[in-house]
Amino acid sequence: MSDSLLLVAMVVVPAVGAAVVAGLPRERTPLARQVALGVSLVVLVLAVLATVAFDPDGDRFQLTSSVPWIPGFGVDFALGVDGIALVMLLLVGVLVPVVVLASWDDTPPARRSMRTFFAWLLLLEACMVGVFAATDVFLFYVFFEAMLVPMYFIVGSFGGPRRQYAAVKFFLYSLLGGLVMLAAVIGLYVVSASAGEGTFAFESLRQLDIDPDVQRLLFLGFFVAFAIKAPLVPLHTWLPDAGAEAPIGGAVLLVGVLDKVGTFGFLRYCLPLFPDASRDFAPLVLVLAVAGVLYAALLAMGQNDMKRLVSYTSIAHFGFIALGVFAFTTEAATGAVLYMVNHGIATGLLFLVVGMLIARGGSRLVGDYGGVASRAPKLAGVFLVAGLASLALPGTNSFVSEFLVLIGSFPTRPVFTVLATVGIILAALYVLLLYQRTMHGPPRGVLFPADPATADPATADPATADPATADTSAAGEPAPAGGHGATAASATATGTGTATGTATATGTATLTEAPPARTTTLLHDLTRRETVVVAPLVALILVLGFYPQPLVRLIEPAVAATMSDVGADPAGTTPATTEGTDR
Amino acid sequence: MTIEAPDLSLAALAPLLFVFGAACIGVLVEAFGPRDSRHPVQVAVALVGTLGGLVTTVLLAGTREVTAGGALAVDGAGLFLQATIAGLGALSLLLFAERNLDPARSAFVVSAAVPAGSVRDRELLTVQRVQTEVYPLATFAIGGMMLFVTANDLLVMFVALEVLSLPLYLISGLARRRRLLSQEAAVKYFLLGSFASAFFLYGVALVYGATGTVRLAGVREAVAGAEGGTLVVLGLALLVVGLLFKASVAPFHTWTPDVYQGAPTPVTAFMAACTKVAAFGAILRLLYVAFGTEEWTWRPLVYGVAIVSMVIGAVLGLTQTDLKRMLAYSSVAHAGFLLTGVLGLPATGDAAGSGLPAVMFYLLAYGLTTLGAFAVLTLVRSGEGEATHLSQWAGLAQRSPLTAAVMSLFLLALAGIPLTSGFTGKFAVFRAAIEDGAWPLALVALLASAVAAFFYLRVIVLMYFSEPAVDGPTVGVPGLPTTIVLAVTAAATLLLGIVPGAVLGLADRAAIFVG
Repeated sequence: MSDSLLLVAMVVVPAVGAAVVAGLPRERTPLARQVALGVSLVVLVLAVLATVAFDPDGDRFQLTSSVPWIPGFGVDFALGVDGIALVMLLLVGVLVPVVVLASWDDTPPARRSMRTFFAWLLLLEACMVGVFAATDVFLFYVFFEAMLVPMYFIVGSFGGPRRQYAAVKFFLYSLLGGLVMLAAVIGLYVVSASAGEGTFAFESLRQLDIDPDVQRLLFLGFFVAFAIKAPLVPLHTWLPDAGAEAPIGGAVLLVGVLDKVGTFGFLRYCLPLFPDASRDFAPLVLVLAVAGVLYAALLAMGQNDMKRLVSYTSIAHFGFIALGVFAFTTEAATGAVLYMVNHGIATGLLFLVVGMLIARGGSRLVGDYGGVASRAPKLAGVFLVAGLASLALPGTNSFVSEFLVLIGSFPTRPVFTVLATVGIILAALYVLLLYQRTMHGPPRGVLFPADPATADPATADPATADPATADTSAAGEPAPAGGHGATAASATATGTGTATGTATATGTATLTEAPPARTTTLLHDLTRRETVVVAPLVALILVLGFYPQPLVRLIEPAVAATMSDVGADPAGTTPATTEGTDR
Repeated sequence: MTIEAPDLSLAALAPLLFVFGAACIGVLVEAFGPRDSRHPVQVAVALVGTLGGLVTTVLLAGTREVTAGGALAVDGAGLFLQATIAGLGALSLLLFAERNLDPARSAFVVSAAVPAGSVRDRELLTVQRVQTEVYPLATFAIGGMMLFVTANDLLVMFVALEVLSLPLYLISGLARRRRLLSQEAAVKYFLLGSFASAFFLYGVALVYGATGTVRLAGVREAVAGAEGGTLVVLGLALLVVGLLFKASVAPFHTWTPDVYQGAPTPVTAFMAACTKVAAFGAILRLLYVAFGTEEWTWRPLVYGVAIVSMVIGAVLGLTQTDLKRMLAYSSVAHAGFLLTGVLGLPATGDAAGSGLPAVMFYLLAYGLTTLGAFAVLTLVRSGEGEATHLSQWAGLAQRSPLTAAVMSLFLLALAGIPLTSGFTGKFAVFRAAIEDGAWPLALVALLASAVAAFFYLRVIVLMYFSEPAVDGPTVGVPGLPTTIVLAVTAAATLLLGIVPGAVLGLADRAAIFVG
């Protein structure tokens, strides 16, 4: 396959896959998920091939292809990647198969079929690839908006109890931002038309010399759309709702990839196209970014709903990314792009693990869980890895990127950087509190039903272990665990007064009716499929934590070129690459 | 005294002759044809007439001439709009001809003269006889619309306005079910429409008084020579009001929701698609050809009216609970978007700006989409007729996934989501407006789009994300005519969104007015 067709294939393959999956009859859902997995793996392979074909020291945009699409508007179907887009495509390539696998056995809400879910997922993948690979501003806009539709249906059809509200809120926020951007897109075209040929091609637009006042207006048009998408703080309120109500697979892609379009847009469109305006507005953006880091971290600590909590942590992380982008140094921006990838992996994993926990307990509330680690050590371990990656512990991938952002931003923006550093401490707090409350402490909450424990701690508690142990040696479980169970259980029982009597009754009753079958379904450790789901992400967290060099190598030249566009790169940061890729 | 016969180019008149000929034959069939075979014959005659009109406009492509003694301007834009009207008209006639959906085999009352609710009326309700007068009536209306967009003379324009309006008043009142509502709609439409016609006629008189001519080109010359002054401005204002009424632009829209709701749905579809095209065709010709040099006069007016229309359409659309009324307000909002494109017209006489082709494309795209949306409405039925209340659509996707999917496509197109025709159209008109420096207007339009998107989305939310109502509506299996309409409109909505190049190019090339 010719290199230039790689990107086209990455858009077309999932789109066709979506049509195939959607066309399967309802009862063929197992086949649908296999097709979805296959297609998403093909896209991953294509992404890897694209990476191999990409020369970091070559032209700014590679693997380019372009065919006229709407000649009347001067629009081309033009695809191409720079290093920044390429790593995002890799992220998309990795996350989608993981999400397909993670949603493998999900039960859809009544009268819905997972087949539809997988079809939307693949369509979403096509749009995500398109949005990162487009080198025509109009085409970018089309994918940017079209992306909303599959996500809207994923949230609205397969989400939690308040899914309608969340889906509509998500759609309207994004649509509003998109429409404001549309005005700016048209404005860009008009500006280019007045300077010569009207065009939407990114490379031609980049070389325009736009009047600073016009730049400011156009910048704001793009900025509002991206700030809603990213989301930056005053425009963020849709994300906790959408993140909390989306099915886990949708949530992973929502915060993992979709929101990155916002920060990607800052780097790709706002900075190179409107350099003067970007410099003018940078202080404002930085204020929003740092406010986001701190405010969202505080809100995250106050959340009782795990999915909302993870959504808020994302908002805090997006503050870091925006800080890196608008600090205008190659280091900081490289860190920001790396952060975009790492956040996708780390938060993606965190969402997946939280989802697995929720699937077991049926509740999203932190307060409904406790002591999970004692029964599901692998699950807890992965949870810990994801959490530590989220708080950017050295050795995990996020540390590299966060560190790069901070040291890169400090020389130009010391005050903002110092303030953002506080966010790291807050991150440690919200992650560790979440981990401690759910995983450690006495086993309690929805996963450890209280009634059998009250009746007879010694026999009831093992019931929560795996069936084999419960059957063979019911009384052989360690006493401390049973003791904890009893304390927690009696605390609940006394609260309800008469509950003790009934609890005893049910306790004895269940003992005669083979209790293990009922209670063990609540908590089991990672299944084989779940292990396969989390393994690649855990591996990536560790590998990229120690050896981020390959990604940095891809990202840095593109970032350096962007920084030279905006004209704010302090001399000497990366002279070689800057010259190599400059226009 | 001898009267010289005006020069007539029969070739250039062919589309009109086809349609009006079919309408006249339809009247004869109605008078002399045997009742049993009338329905198929009438449908055939009407379709042959409209499709013949469509084919001849296509054959005439490239013609630019003023004929019939200067009364008709057959030019690129006129032919494009004529073709649009003929095509949409043919599709509407197919909706009229649907016989599978209503248990009584037709959406039209058997005998409009029988008082609603009388004994005779109840007897006729279940009779399988069908009304066939609607076909020649609708064909006349289509002919009037096609005349309207090529009228090069204010008087011909007025005649065309009446020819298209009178049949519409009538067929709005012919619903088989909820007859009183339908008759009320007809009366309302008639009364307000008469006012609008009177406004228009008065405007013609004032302009004639000021300029001494009713030819658009003559008016242009006189206006450019700075004759007339106040009288011209007043005349122009009255003319525009008359046309804005037909185009259901707020604040002249008050008839729209009631008439759209009351009229039989196929008729509503017809009005929403074709009348809009015709009215905007006339607005474009009037402003562009006759008052192109008078831009300073109408520009602020159109600017203001566009904003009012978009805002009223979008905001009041939010409060609607009936789908037909919702689509009516959507039509008001879209009229505002179209006016945004009208502002993109260049002030110069002959060079085509991006405004004219943009509006032409938008009219085609919107017409097809809205026709499709109303066609879907005819499918969803509960006991006493169509189920148009929003709550009845809850969970429709589970009852009938295909219907819901098609409806969603139309709604997304109306909301202007990319890869649908609605987006291409919106992009075109907004580009025209921004190019012309009217970016504040474009910004208002974008915000109005976002607001309007909410009520379109609400329907999708209901269909997909809500639990079905217990005694929900049934989704009828459409016969061949409606199936054709749905297939054509859905395919066009997608194609004009994904590969609009050819049609945009066509509109660009056709965007020429003579006169």
